[in-house]
Amino acid sequence: MRGAIYPAGVPKKVAILATGVALVGVLIGLYVTLLATGPAPYTPPAAQAAGGRSVNLTLQTVAAVGKLAPNENWVSYLVREHGTWHRSTVWTLPANTLVHVTIYNFDGKSGLRNPFLGQARGLVGGAFAINGKPTSVIAPDDASHTFAIPGLGVIVPIMGVADDAPHQCDDAPCPMETAHETITFTFRTGKAGHYRWQCFVPCAAGFVYGFGGPMQTVGYMDGYVDVV
Amino acid sequence: MWSSRSHGWRIAALTTIGTAIVLPLVVFVLGPNMPPGKGTPVATSQVTDNTVLLVVMTPFTVFILVYLGYALTAFRAKPGEEGLDGAPLRGHFRSQVAWLVSTTAAVLFLAIFGTAELLADNGAGGGAGPNPVTKPGGSVLPVQVIGQQWQFTYRYPTFGGVETATLVLPVGRKIAFHVTSLDAIHSFWAYELGVKADANPGVDNIAYVETKKISTFHVRCAELCGLWHGYMSDTGHVVSGADFASWIAARKRQFAPVMKYLPKYAPSYNPDPTFRAG
Amino acid sequence: MSRRRLVEFNLLTGVVLGIVGFYVGWWLGHLVKAPSLDYFDDTGQNDIALFVAYFTGVVGFLVGLGFANYPVQRMLGKPPSLREKETEGIGRYFGLCTDHKVVGIQYLIGIGAFIFIGGLNAMLIRFELLRPTHLAWNGNNYLTLVGLHGTMMMGMMTSGILGPFANYFVPLMIGARRMAFPRIEALTFWLLMAAGTILMTALAFGGFPTGWTGYAPLSVQANMGMDAYIAFFALVGLSMTLLGLNMLATVITMRAPGLSWSRLPIFVWGTVSTSVLMLLAAPVLISTLFMLALDRTAQTGFFNDQAGGSPYLYENLFWIFGHPEVYILALPGMGIVLELLPVFARKPLWGYRLAVTGLLGITLLSFLVWQHHLFVSGINADLRPFYMLSTELISLPTGFIFVCALGTLWAGRIRLTVPMLFALAWLFNFLVGGLSGVFLSDVPSDVTTHGSFFSMAHFHYTIMGGLVFAFFGAVYYWLPKMTGFELDERLGKVHFWVMFVAFNSTFGPLLVIGFLGMPRRVVTYAGYLQGANVWVSVSAFVLGASMLVFVANLIWSQVFARVPAGANPWGSKSIEFQLPSPVPVHDFDRIPTFGPDPYPYGGIEDAGFDGTRPAVSPARPTP
Repeated sequence: MRGAIYPAGVPKKVAILATGVALVGVLIGLYVTLLATGPAPYTPPAAQAAGGRSVNLTLQTVAAVGKLAPNENWVSYLVREHGTWHRSTVWTLPANTLVHVTIYNFDGKSGLRNPFLGQARGLVGGAFAINGKPTSVIAPDDASHTFAIPGLGVIVPIMGVADDAPHQCDDAPCPMETAHETITFTFRTGKAGHYRWQCFVPCAAGFVYGFGGPMQTVGYMDGYVDVV
Repeated sequence: MWSSRSHGWRIAALTTIGTAIVLPLVVFVLGPNMPPGKGTPVATSQVTDNTVLLVVMTPFTVFILVYLGYALTAFRAKPGEEGLDGAPLRGHFRSQVAWLVSTTAAVLFLAIFGTAELLADNGAGGGAGPNPVTKPGGSVLPVQVIGQQWQFTYRYPTFGGVETATLVLPVGRKIAFHVTSLDAIHSFWAYELGVKADANPGVDNIAYVETKKISTFHVRCAELCGLWHGYMSDTGHVVSGADFASWIAARKRQFAPVMKYLPKYAPSYNPDPTFRAG
Repeated sequence: MSRRRLVEFNLLTGVVLGIVGFYVGWWLGHLVKAPSLDYFDDTGQNDIALFVAYFTGVVGFLVGLGFANYPVQRMLGKPPSLREKETEGIGRYFGLCTDHKVVGIQYLIGIGAFIFIGGLNAMLIRFELLRPTHLAWNGNNYLTLVGLHGTMMMGMMTSGILGPFANYFVPLMIGARRMAFPRIEALTFWLLMAAGTILMTALAFGGFPTGWTGYAPLSVQANMGMDAYIAFFALVGLSMTLLGLNMLATVITMRAPGLSWSRLPIFVWGTVSTSVLMLLAAPVLISTLFMLALDRTAQTGFFNDQAGGSPYLYENLFWIFGHPEVYILALPGMGIVLELLPVFARKPLWGYRLAVTGLLGITLLSFLVWQHHLFVSGINADLRPFYMLSTELISLPTGFIFVCALGTLWAGRIRLTVPMLFALAWLFNFLVGGLSGVFLSDVPSDVTTHGSFFSMAHFHYTIMGGLVFAFFGAVYYWLPKMTGFELDERLGKVHFWVMFVAFNSTFGPLLVIGFLGMPRRVVTYAGYLQGANVWVSVSAFVLGASMLVFVANLIWSQVFARVPAGANPWGSKSIEFQLPSPVPVHDFDRIPTFGPDPYPYGGIEDAGFDGTRPAVSPARPTP
C-alpha cells in the first residue's frame, strides 16, 4: 500500500517537517555567512599634519603570506596597525583627505605585462619615492607589484628586491632587518565612493599569465577601498 | 456560437486594427528611442536596424496576442460544457501554408537586410577580425585598445605610439579600433559609439566607427574576465580636432618617461609569462 | 524478494564510499610528480589530485550504490542478485532502482533540490545588485555565485523534463514496461547527483570566476574551484549522452504493436529530438572539458595562444555543444506544451506533422548556428551573414510549434486548469523570448545586445519562461498520476499567477536594462540604473517566494491532505491516464495495442470521459 510509505501520524509529520525546515534554514544561514565572509576591514587612524587632516597607511608586501592566510604560498599585502602586521585588504579612508602611504616591499621582481603601468599616475606631487629617492617610472622588469586604485586614477609601481640581495625574508610578516624596498607616496581620496584596488604585476607564480590565485582573490593582491 | 469563418474574420480584423495602432507607435515613439542612440553613423544605423526588426515583428506579435486573447475568451468551456470535447480539427492546409510563407518571407527579409547593413556599415561597429571584409575609404585614425586584467589602455600608433589610460577621440574622423588583449578575453564596448569588439590575446580585432559630434561615451568590458570584471569601465570623450591635438600633445609629455620601456607598436603583444610553471 | 545480505547497498553506503574514494584519490593524486608540475609548490594547488579525487569519489559512490554488483557477479559466473528490482517500500527511492517510475520520482526530487540551490543563488545575486557598488558578497564569492547559478541550472535543467517525466512516461506512452537499458537509466540519475555535489564543493576550493561558459584562458588561470566546474559538466555530459542514447533506443525498439512513428504522442517526439541533440552534442562538451582539464594540469596549450593554441578553439567547441544545449532545454518544453494543450482544449493536436517537422527542424538547425555567440569576437567575420541567416531560420520551425499550439486552441473547449495556465504562459513567455532573440541574431543589433543584460533576459525568457513553466505544467499535470494524490488547485493557481507576474516583472525590465547598456555578470553598474535594478531584484524575490508556494503546495497536498486523484483527473485520453494512479509496478496487465490516433478528442466513441470508462483497461480504443 502507498500509505505504508508514510506510517507517521499528523503530529509526527509536523515534527519531521519542522525539523526539515529548521535544518534547511540553518544550512542557508551558514551558506550566506560563508559567502559574505572576507578579510576584516581596516581603518587607518587619522593624523594631524601640516596640510590639514590626513591619514597614514603603512603596508608591506610579502612573497608568501604564510600562516596569516589560508593559502600559505600566495603573495599578499599586509597592513600595520599599532605596530603589528595584519592581513587586511579592505580599507576605509576618509573622503577628500591626503593619504600618506608607505609600502615595505620584501618580494622579488616579477615584471609587468604592460610596461605602461610602470609610470605612476594620480599622486600628489606627481612622483613617488623609492627608499627616499623621487621617481616617476621604473623599468617593467624591476616591478614587483603595483598599488593601483583605477577608480581614483592612482597607480604606483613597486620596485622589487634584487634576487642577490642579502637577508631575503623567509616568513611573513617580514622583519625590517630583511631585504626590502621602501616606497612612499601621497594621494588624495576625492569624493566618497566604493572602489577596488589591485595589483597589475602578474605576480601569482604558477598561474597562467601570472594572473590567478592571489591576483584574483580578495585578501591577497586585491581589495576594496571604501571612501567615506 | 459563431461559425469558424466569422471567428477568422474577427481575429483578422482585430489584428489589422491592432497593427495599425501599434505600428505608428513603434515607428515614431519606440523606434527613435531604441539603443544605442544616435551618437555616430554606425549607432544611428543600429537604431534603424532595431526599428526595422520591431516593425517586422509587430504584425506577428499582434496576431499571436490577439489570437490568444480571442481564443481564451471565445473558446473557453462554458458552464455545462465540462464533459464535452471541442471540434476534432487536425489541421488546415491553407492557413499552415500562409503561416509558412509569411514567416519565411520575414526571415529572409531580415537576413538580407541585416547583411546589407553589415556590409554598408563596414561591420556595423562590431569586431570584424584582423582582415575586415569591408573597410572605410579615406584617412582612418587607428586607435589600439589593449584589454588587461582589469583595465583598458589605449595606444595611438600615429602619434608616436603613445599609450594612455583614457580614451579621447577627435570629432569628424573615421576611427579604426584595433582591439587586443594581454591575458584573458575581454570585450571593448563603447555603448554610445555603437562599438563592441572582443579583446582576444594574440588577435587584432578591428572595429570601425566615425565620430560625428562632441560627446562623452561609456566604455565597459562586456566579457567576463575575472575578479574585477564588474569594475572594468571608464568614460571616453569625443572632442574637437584642436582639443584632441592639445590633449595628445599633453599625453606625449606626461608619458614621455615610460615611452622608452613600451614595446614597439604591434597588432598584438606576447608578454611573459605564458605558462603556469615559473 | 531480495535475499538478506550483510551490507545493503544504498545511498548511505554510496556516500560513505564516495567520501572514502575522494580522499584515496586525493592521496594518490599527490603522488604524481613531474618537472612540469612545479607550479604546485608556488600555488599550493594540486589540480591533478583534485581531478583524481573527484574521479575516485564518483567511482566509490557508484560502487557503494551497487552499480558494480551486477557486472561483477556476472563476471564471476554467479547468478546476479537483483536487489535493484525491489518493488516495494520507501527504501527503493534511496538507492539503485531500475524501475523507470522510481527513477522518474528520484529525478524529480533530486533535481528539484539542486534547482532550489540554483534558485537560492539567483536570489543572492539579485541581493548584491540592489546597490550599484559592492554590497554584500565578497568579490570572488559573487562571481562564484554567478557561476554556480548558471552552471547548476544549465546542467540540471537539461534533464529537468526528460529526467522525471520522460523516464516515467515515455515507456508508458509507447506501451513498454521499462526503458531499453534500465541500469543505465538509473546511472544517469546518480551521475547527476554526484555532479551536483561536486559543483557545490567549488566553494571549498576558492570558487570559479567564469560563469557557466568557462571561457579559456580565464578558466585555465582560475582557482581549483574550476576543477569542480569541469568535473560537474563532464559528468552532466556523460549523463546526458547516456540518457539520450537510452531514450532513443527505447523509442526506436520498444514501441508496442500499432504504435508507428506517426502515432507517437508529441511529447515522445519532443523527447526523441532532445535525445538526438543530447547524444550528438554532449560528447563535444566532454572532450572540450577534457582538453581544458589537460591545460590546467598537464600544461598542454590547447587554449593558450602563445603556446600554439587559441581561445577561439574553446569558444567554438563550447558553443558547438552550447547551442544545441539551449535547445536541449527548449524542446522538451515544446513537447510538454503541445501535449497539454489538446487535453485542456479538448481537441486533437492541430497540425501533428507540422509540429513534428518543427521539432526535427530545430534539432537539425541547432547544430548550424553556434557562431552567433561569437559575432563580435573577430573570428570568421565573413561568415557572419551565414550564421545570421541560419539563426533566423530557426524561427521557422519554432513558428511551426507556435502555429500548432494556436491551431489546437481553435474552436476548443478550453479549461483553464493549473497545467493549462502554465502551458499558455509558455506561449507568451516563449514569444517574448523568441522576439528578443531576433535582436541577438541580427549582427548590427547584436553589437549592442551581445554580452548585455538583454541577452541574459532573452535566454531567461526562453529557458525559465519556456522550460521551467513547461516543467511546472508537467508537474501539475502528471504528479497526481505519479503519487496518486492531487495537488491543491487553489494553491496551484496562486503559485501560477505570482510566478507569471513576478517572472515578467523581473525579466521584462532586464531586457530594457540591457538595452540601456548594462553588461552581464557585473557587480557594479551605472547609478542611474539603480531604480530599475531594485525593481528587478524585488520582483526576483517575489518570484523566489512563488517557488515556496509550490513547495508548500507539494508538502500540504502530498503529505497532509492526501486527496486521492483517481485514475484520470484531467479526462486525458493519453494512455498513462487509463492506468491506475499511481501506476502499478508492472505498468500494464498486458502490452496494449495502439490505434491510429494519439489524440482522439472530439470523436464520437469518446464523447464521455472522467471515469465513465473503466480505468483498468490499459489499451486505447482501437478503431
